[in-house]
Amino acid sequence: MANSTPKRLRPLSPNIQIYRPQLTSVLSIANRISGIVLSLYAVALVVWLVAAAAGPHAYSTAQVFIGSWVGRILLFGCTFCFFLHLCGSIRHLIWDAGFGFELRTIYASGWTVVLVSSALTLLSWILSMVLAG
Amino acid sequence: MNNEDMRSPLGRALGLGSAKTGVEHWWRERVSALALVPLTVWFAASLMVHTGSDYVTFIAWLRTPLTSILMVLLLAGVFYHTALGLQVVIEDYVHSGLKTLALLGVRFGCCGLAVAGILATLRIAFSQ
Repeated sequence: MANSTPKRLRPLSPNIQIYRPQLTSVLSIANRISGIVLSLYAVALVVWLVAAAAGPHAYSTAQVFIGSWVGRILLFGCTFCFFLHLCGSIRHLIWDAGFGFELRTIYASGWTVVLVSSALTLLSWILSMVLAG
Repeated sequence: MNNEDMRSPLGRALGLGSAKTGVEHWWRERVSALALVPLTVWFAASLMVHTGSDYVTFIAWLRTPLTSILMVLLLAGVFYHTALGLQVVIEDYVHSGLKTLALLGVRFGCCGLAVAGILATLRIAFSQ
């Protein structure tokens, strides 16, 4: 008898595609994505250290790759992901301490994260190019 | 703050959340994040300075006691924080039988990479 009752369609909550992307939601997922990307760069950090420990030959192979265009683009992406995750996480730590939940403050801190992480990425590259000569 | 806390006095004393162990994970993630702020900034600044350095200069820098200590702390912190972070990502998105496998892979991978990185640093630090 249980099978004779027609199945009722249950209401579904709106899917992610329904919503317009906002600064708050974009930065939220950006912090997670940059974290995942940085974990891949952490693997590269270990490879780089192991190459240095293996000797000058292995180290120079690693340096040649880092100096190549592919290496530089990857390193630039790493720099941006790092500063984005750093600034975004400091924003999260401030929230965790119980501050900055007003809507105006949330948008102000969000744009600060975008601007500061972009500025630090460019600044660090300019600085390292100046220092490298 | 205490008036808004919905946990029981015993739960609060034990540091437990509604899912028994979530609060501890949350705290570990925050504390490791806080430790990584100065460590990663130091590392990024050091890389900037050493952009054009050759092998000998780089090794000489890595061999100084302060650098070796900070590098070991950085590696431990990075992979500890990575393991905690990726664990949450897997728990949020992977619901199939792969979940356990992925969680094990992240834990084992992070432990292995941390040991490899730390050992490489120590090998350089203690080499003749």
